[in-house]
Amino acid sequence: MGTVAVHGLCKSFGKVQALDGVTLDVPDGSFFVVLGPSGAGKTTTLRAIAGLEKLDAGSVHLDGRDATGDAPAARDLAMVFQSYALYPRRTAYENIASPLRARRCSSSEIAAAVEQMSSLLHIERLLQRRPAQMSGGEMQRVALARALVRRPRAFLMDEPLTNLDLKLRVEMRTELTRIHRSLGATFVYVTNDQVEAMSMADRVAVLKEGKVQQVGTPTEVYERPANQWVAGFVGSPRISLLACRAEGDRLVGEGWTLPRPRWTTAEDGRPLLLGLRAEDLSVEQRGDASLPGELYGLEPLGDRTVVDVRVGTEILKVKARPTVTGTPGERLHVTVDLDRAHLFDAGTGLALSEAGR
Amino acid sequence: MAVSVDEAVSTGPARDHTPSARRLGGRGRSVLEVALLTVLAVVMLFPVLWMIETSIKENRDVYAIPAKFFGFKVTLDHFKDVFAASGGGRSALSVSFLNSIVVAGVSTALATVLGVPAAWAYSRFSVKAKKDQLFFILSTRFMPPVVVVIPIFLMYRQVGLIDNKLGLILIYTAFNVPFTIWMMKGFVDEVPAEYEDAAMLDGYTRLQAFWKFTLPLLLPGIAATAVFALIFSWNEFVFAIFLTSSDSVRTAPPAIAGLIGGTTVDWGLVAAASVVFALPVLVFAYLVRKHLVAGVTLGAVRR
Ligand SMILES: Nc1ncnc2c1ncn2[C@@H]1O[C@H](COP(=O)(O)OP(=O)(O)OP(=O)(O)O)[C@@H](O)[C@H]1O
Ligand SMILES: [Mg+2]
Repeated sequence: MGTVAVHGLCKSFGKVQALDGVTLDVPDGSFFVVLGPSGAGKTTTLRAIAGLEKLDAGSVHLDGRDATGDAPAARDLAMVFQSYALYPRRTAYENIASPLRARRCSSSEIAAAVEQMSSLLHIERLLQRRPAQMSGGEMQRVALARALVRRPRAFLMDEPLTNLDLKLRVEMRTELTRIHRSLGATFVYVTNDQVEAMSMADRVAVLKEGKVQQVGTPTEVYERPANQWVAGFVGSPRISLLACRAEGDRLVGEGWTLPRPRWTTAEDGRPLLLGLRAEDLSVEQRGDASLPGELYGLEPLGDRTVVDVRVGTEILKVKARPTVTGTPGERLHVTVDLDRAHLFDAGTGLALSEAGR
Repeated sequence: MAVSVDEAVSTGPARDHTPSARRLGGRGRSVLEVALLTVLAVVMLFPVLWMIETSIKENRDVYAIPAKFFGFKVTLDHFKDVFAASGGGRSALSVSFLNSIVVAGVSTALATVLGVPAAWAYSRFSVKAKKDQLFFILSTRFMPPVVVVIPIFLMYRQVGLIDNKLGLILIYTAFNVPFTIWMMKGFVDEVPAEYEDAAMLDGYTRLQAFWKFTLPLLLPGIAATAVFALIFSWNEFVFAIFLTSSDSVRTAPPAIAGLIGGTTVDWGLVAAASVVFALPVLVFAYLVRKHLVAGVTLGAVRR
């Protein structure tokens, strides 16, 4: 068992409201990612779960039992700290062994567990070094090993891969996913990297300024962002947003109109934002749903090229084939896949009901 | 110990003061400065030198007129007199040195045992009106000891702590605890709290986390702080002379002062006793010389 549930967490540091009513339900065995920009309150959330932060309000339930007042040691959790928090006077071996020593395991058990962990994370040759003699990425892996060496109720990981180079990060991503599967343990994983969230998570909670914006599977968060902010935060290149309003069976923007998607419920004249992701746009003329614009720039990315198209005063990012060419200023039409478009209320930023979809 | 003490705070490379001569320019300036500094040094160091000389002169040479700077016969008789009574057995002075060691040692140990956990608590926990409390603690050091010596004398008389080593130990502890809290809070602040957080998640209690993970990192700071407290207790004169009277209780400072007076003064003995008294302070001050500066700039140390 390993469910983690927090309800209505509030925590302020002086004037800063770090957590403002955070409620999360982490099912047993899930890989739960908390995604948010810097300062969103991700670390504070993890520390609250671990019992390291005195809360202003809210409760923490572990395996269905109220653990709000429990000491960290009594919660049976393991954590990878954002700053690693490796003990400076101890070798990597002693660091990794620490959770087992605290729980009075025999030294042969400890040796076996440390050896297994270090070969898994490729840190065998670091075992006799102290943190000061390691690089950031090496320390991060030792910190991971210290957490993974035990079988706690749940693992809390605070951006454990940020300091690794790209190759190692991708490798470790796969490795962590594999470890998660083979252990069947609960992971609460904090990151500001949406690619990491998309590729690893069973469920994602998007956090902004201490408030949960949306919880769902990565696909849900990507395909049905709850509001304009989530739509903008998740996805790369960033979603393009165009101001418009509904008029009869058309969507009317500045210098363009599109057929109104069947599922929209917005009344005529209400200010809206049309959200279009790069992959739902095309510079090839196909249907009648198209926007007139002019070429603004090209970003070749190897496997594809992102075409910047100016429509009115906005820049649309359009995914195109790597072979696409053009000169800035050139007039062109952007075809829109309206079934995959998003509409947000321009005032509240909330997504319009998509019940009809 | 010197090595470990150095690790306590990274004060960065010791900043050599640019000789002000260079700043002001001119060779004449620098000659003048050297001359002034020499005069100052002589004025400051002469009494120390004279004390050391007197402690190793024979009595004849001590009282010689004109005074002899060089060419006297060296003797260690005065040092012998410091420790051994003329009729054999221990001298009163040696007892007072022993008292000083006990009083300074115990009061420093007590202040450390009380002050270090308090400093940790002030550093780690949110305490109501923390700043006010810390200021209050510091403010007990603003007061010159002389101001409180009469009330303390009266209180001590009530509870029978006059002429009692315990009385001195308590008062020195009371003076050293605030100092220890202030010094140590700076050192604790330098140790990231996350080591303790990590230890607690490993399965240790908060106190175990402090004891096993933070305390070892604090040892150099504790050593430096304790040396300061030790020097304070060792040197303290005002309370010692007011609160003690018998030879068996007196600490060294009033005992040495007591040698002066009466009809004749055995200057050789006074000088030898002073040398013996000054030595430990010099040794300890040498060990913590870096922290004499660090203590002042503690707030400015990079995290
Ligand atoms: N101990 C503290 N004292 C004061 N403010 C704090 C403290 N810890 C966090 N905060 C503030 O609370 C907010 C949330 O911080 P938190 O560390 O949880 O962010 P985060 O989402 O982990 O960010 P990052 O991705 O940069 O690590 C921030 O505005 C931060 O400045
Ligand atoms: Mg963080």
